[in-house]
This record gives sequence, C-alpha cells and structure tokens, in this order.
Amino acid sequence: MNFRSNTRPQAIALVNARLIDPAAQTETRGGVLVRDGNIVEIGPMVTSAAAQAGERVIDCGGDVVCPGLIDMRVFIGEPGAEFRETFATASAAAAAGGVTTMVSTPDTTPPVDDPAVVDFILRRARDNSRVRVLPSAALTKGLRGEELAEIGLLQEAGAVAFTDGAHSVRSSKVMRRLLTYARDYGALVMHVPQDADLAASGVMNEGEFASRLGLGGVPAEAEVIMLDRDLRLVALTRGRYHAALVSTALSLESIARAKAAGLPVTCGISINHLTLNENDIGDYRTFLKLSPPLRQEDERQKLVEGLASGIIDVIVSDHNPQDVEAKRLPFAEAENGAIGLETMLSAGLRLVNAGQISLPKLLAAMTTRPAEILGLPQGRLAVGAPADLIRFDPDEPYVVDPAKLHSRSKNTPFDEARMEGRVKLTMVAGRIVHE
Amino acid sequence: MPDASPQVLSHRHLLGIQGLSRPEIEALLDMSEQAIEVSRQVEKKKTVLRGRTLINLFFEASTRTQASFELAGKRLGADVMNMAVANSSVKKGETLIDTAVTLNAMRPDIIVVRHYCSGAVDLLARKVGCSVVNAGDGSHEHPTQALLDALTIRRRKGRIEGLTVAICGDVLHSRVARSNMILLSALGARVRAVGPSTLLPSGIDRMGVEVHRTMETGIADADIVMMLRVQRERMDGAFIPSSREFFRFFGLDAARLKLAKPDALVMHPGPINRGVEIDSEVADGPQSLINEQVEMGVAVRMAVLESLAQHLPNG
Repeated sequence: MNFRSNTRPQAIALVNARLIDPAAQTETRGGVLVRDGNIVEIGPMVTSAAAQAGERVIDCGGDVVCPGLIDMRVFIGEPGAEFRETFATASAAAAAGGVTTMVSTPDTTPPVDDPAVVDFILRRARDNSRVRVLPSAALTKGLRGEELAEIGLLQEAGAVAFTDGAHSVRSSKVMRRLLTYARDYGALVMHVPQDADLAASGVMNEGEFASRLGLGGVPAEAEVIMLDRDLRLVALTRGRYHAALVSTALSLESIARAKAAGLPVTCGISINHLTLNENDIGDYRTFLKLSPPLRQEDERQKLVEGLASGIIDVIVSDHNPQDVEAKRLPFAEAENGAIGLETMLSAGLRLVNAGQISLPKLLAAMTTRPAEILGLPQGRLAVGAPADLIRFDPDEPYVVDPAKLHSRSKNTPFDEARMEGRVKLTMVAGRIVHE
Repeated sequence: MPDASPQVLSHRHLLGIQGLSRPEIEALLDMSEQAIEVSRQVEKKKTVLRGRTLINLFFEASTRTQASFELAGKRLGADVMNMAVANSSVKKGETLIDTAVTLNAMRPDIIVVRHYCSGAVDLLARKVGCSVVNAGDGSHEHPTQALLDALTIRRRKGRIEGLTVAICGDVLHSRVARSNMILLSALGARVRAVGPSTLLPSGIDRMGVEVHRTMETGIADADIVMMLRVQRERMDGAFIPSSREFFRFFGLDAARLKLAKPDALVMHPGPINRGVEIDSEVADGPQSLINEQVEMGVAVRMAVLESLAQHLPNG
C-alpha cells in the first residue's frame, strides 16, 4: 500500500464524479485520468467509454473527487514515542481519513533540531508511510525557546517549516531573531502563540464553566497577547509567520489587521476548535482536554465565520495521539491532545451540512491553502498536478467506532459520534493507498 | 619622512574615520608608505617621538593591536608603557574618567585606547590634555585597522577607487566593518555588507553600502573579500545557530572564492577562526593578504603617531 514503488503505477480513471477544485473554487461533473503519478486529463470527456486498454476505471457514482488533504500539524511518535504512534499507524489513519500529506511536528524524542533527525524521519517515512510526510523542524534547540536551531541546515535536509511544537517562544528577543534569520532562508515560522505565564494554571477555557468544574482557566488573552507580540515582530522583521493554532475571536481580529497591513501572516485552526466547544468536556472528559483549550460556543461560531471569510487559512487535525495512561487521569493531570487524522474531513463536513461554509471553501482550507503556504504542487485539481486524490460521499452517514480507527492511540473527541462523509478512496502519487 | 612636514591631520586625536577628509586619509596612507621602508631597514629607529611617552591603555584584551602600537611607538623613539587593565585600579571600581584624569596627571603625550564600549574613547579624549588614538571602541570604530586595510589594498591593486569590496560576516558587532565602510566609500570603492540578517545592523541599507544576505551574491565579482571574525559566543544560537551552519552558508572556502573576480584578494583583521568564517586553504592561499595586513598595521600606526606628534606642544 506504500505509494513509493519502483514499478510503474497503472493508469486510473476516476469517472462519473463530482469534481471539486478548491484552488479554482469550481465544481463540475466528469472524471480524472491519472497516469505516472500525475493528473493528465480532467473533465466530462474522462468516462468509462473513453478508457483505453490497461487503464483501471473506477465509477465514482457521483461521489466527490478532490485533491487529497494536506494536514500541517500531525504528531507522529517516531522517534521516541512509538507507543503513541508510528509512521505506519499514523499514515494508515491519514489514508483512511483522506490525508495525503502530513506535516510532522518536531516535538519528538530527540526533537527535530538536528539535520540527522530530519533525515531519519524522511527515511522512516519512505519505508513505512502510506502517505507523504514532510517534517517540520524545531525553531530553537531542544524546543527550549533560547537558541536558534540550524534553520538553514534543517531546511537543506528537508524540513518544510519551523515550529517549537506546542511550546511558545517566550523571549521576544529570540522570536525577533528567529523571524529575522528565517526570512533569509525563506523559511516559515509556525508558532503556537500562548503566554505561558498567563496560561500556567489553566487546563481549560477560563470562564463560568471552568469555575463550576473547579478547574483552572486559560483566558483568551493568553493567546492574543502573544499573537500581538508576534505580529509586531513580523512587522519589524518581515519574516513569514503562521499562527499554527488560533482559538479565539480576538486572535482573528489581530490576524485580520495584520493581513490588511500586508504582513506575511497566515493562520491555522484545529478541526476541534471549529466543531466542538467547552461544554463538550461535560463530565471531565479528558479526550477533550486540548491546548489551546476549547472555547465557548459563541467563540466557536465566530471562528467558523473567520474560516468562511478567509481570515483563517488552514484547518489542521492537530493529531496528537495519547495512550490510555496519559488520559485516564484526573482532568488537570491528563495530557493535552486528540487524534484527528481520520475524522478531520467528516467533522469539517458538519459545517458544510449545517450550511455554514461551502464544500469547496472547506476543502481549500485543507488542501489549496496549506499547499500554497508550504509551496507544494499539490492541493489543486489540475492537469500536471500530482495525483493525490480522494473520493467521498459527503452525505454518507456512519458512527465513529474508536476500535476501528487506524491510529495506535484512540483518544478521539468524536468517540461514538454520528458523522457523514467517510473517505472511500485515497490516492497518493497515482497509487491507491486506501479503498 | 622629514620631521618638519606639514600637518597631516587637522585634529589632535584620531578617534575615528568619520570626520577625516579624503586628503587626510590619502596623506596618512602616503606617510605609511614611507614607514614601511623604515620597518624594512635593519635600523628601524626614528627620532620623531624621542622623549615622548605613549601609553597603551587596553580595556579589552588584544595581542596584535597592542603589539603593533607598541612597535610603532618604539620605532619612532617613544617610551611606551602598556597598561594591563586586568591588574589596574579599573578592576577596583575606578571609573573611566577617574582613570583618564589619573593618567593625564602623569603627563603622557599620546594615549592609545581600546575599550569595549562604543564612545568610551571619545569620552576619555575629552578629559585628557594629550593626543588620543582610538584602537577600537565597542562596535563603533577601529580607524587604524581601516587605514591599514586601505593601505594593503592600495599597494596590491594600485588604487581603491572603483574597486568592489565585500565585507562579510558579523557586520553587526564589527567596528572594523564600520570604519572600513566609511573609509573605503570615501576613497571611491563600492562597498558591500554581506551576512545573515541577524548579523547586519538595523538601517544598514541607509549606510551607503550594498546589502547582501547570501555569500553567493555578496562576493560575486568582488575585487576584495574582507572576512570578519565571528565571536564564538555569537554562534551558540544567539545570533546564528551554530558555527557549522555559519560556515556552510557564510564561510569562505576555495569554491566560494571562485565567485569573486579571478584576481580577488582575501583579507581578515584577525585573529581568524579556521573553519568558521574562513577555510585554511583560503586563509593560507595565494590570494590571502592576511599576513601583509599585519605588516601594514605597524606602518599605518607609525604614520598616525607621527602625524599626531605634529600637534604636540613643541612638536
């Protein structure tokens, strides 16, 4: 099922499909012909009748066919936390969820702050991953926020972006130098803005609900204060900056202002923050303990509006597998994080089916925009583009069964949830990796 | 060098290249040419500073600059005293001005000062009655280094006007870079500052130089590639991630030097970090002027001391 093979892939025609090109925001009927790993023909002329000998024809029965998803934020446990996730299990989950490119986070053990670790990840991924893996590397040595990591050498080794994982860079001086230095290399700084002091005692969103549960809160200001600092430094340095995870309406105001000022700024949000709110924590459900925390429902609605209006560029799964022991703890002591590779698309379709965003727009935030930010040729349905494609029926109902998820860890916040739109086929570089 | 030569410098101190006119700079270089001849004789003594006292006051350790000034002073006949600041009352909390006033009371004729703070030499000069030479103040100026670099270039290339000079590396912290940028521009060279953005000072693009952030563009077709020393403590992640990354992208090796003109010359104020900013093959190679710079250093300092002596009472 690995898409890397020395044999020539069979030509495949996906016919009778609802073709969505999120790059052009178009929707047409027809088929896609794939040969030698690339899209060679698109449109109503690609039919089973037009198929030539040796081509495999797949009748999609009116299902959506679109570019595969590009997930900019995936924790994969290699090296060092293979008990949580491996390239094999993460990529199986990705393939099942329609994710054809994963950007791995650098908070491994050891962290990805040395070119040799980038090399290790690329080799392990080559041998074990069903989908594409692009490593992100550390911004600072040891993710400690103190000393610049070897951004030039890490980029040469294959790192596509730079982040300290879940850690925020506390020192403004260090952040300024990072943005300045990274700009010379055209490197993307992906930062999770959070003021560690202000957030220190919090384990969920600050407010009435946290107070009723007796849990410490993280105010929205912990995020926006750090974000505003970062944006000031972007204005000073002109370094490329991506706020990796935003969770509050205040942050969207700041991002919108920065974009209006022409700064090289983009932002991402986890699918969880678009589809869940703090009330889902309910009776201390640790699978919903996330960082940044889930916010109130009115905040969530503003975030969805921000996605629809384009202030938010990218949706990520923020896939963060945690083993049972890390979650079967009192809420305050449990680890943060939820898995999401396999459910990201279905969860996003909830927004489409609720009429809050169009399907092409949702898909753009999972395909075209991440491709543009990372400078990838994927993320569009166009002749000559790599044949990273998925097929799904956006209305097909199913219930999430954690036991059947491919991830090694089962900490899904959508445990037993009713979903629509299971992925029926995933293709990477013209090879089917999930069907 | 006739002892009754007309005044070369209009000022009694040499605090920086800033403020020197082109004729003053050229006159100093001409005088230095004569000093080279003196240094190459068996009898290296002159008498223009006979009876004069020169104090080397170094608040920052330096072997070569201090030795160079000491030799220059001795070859002109002066009595030279080196103040080892590590053992002095400065360590006991005496302020810079107190030190200056104390030394002044000993009636020296010339004080050569190096200090780790920008502007410190200027401050000291205002408190003493003798001439002061700046031997490097913080990240501000190092005028004799720029003069010796210009002398070295002029002797090898026959001119400075029209040459492309790439100053590469830690421009941010470099007083050598600042003095050279001013001096070489004043003499008509096209000066480039080359380095990672974290080692380029803010506003560099308005300092009369071309700014390059890669070596490949920065040294392309250069006549002179001037490498700067990068302090170890700046390569541990504070300004650049590591010495290996710095060498990969900004180190001068033989392959990279080929991007400059075929007859390009390589300079470095020393001491060099082999394998960090410069490869040994280049530092020791035929295009390197590094040792010649040291010889020119003594000559330039002789010229500077002699021209300042013209301002001394009865001088």
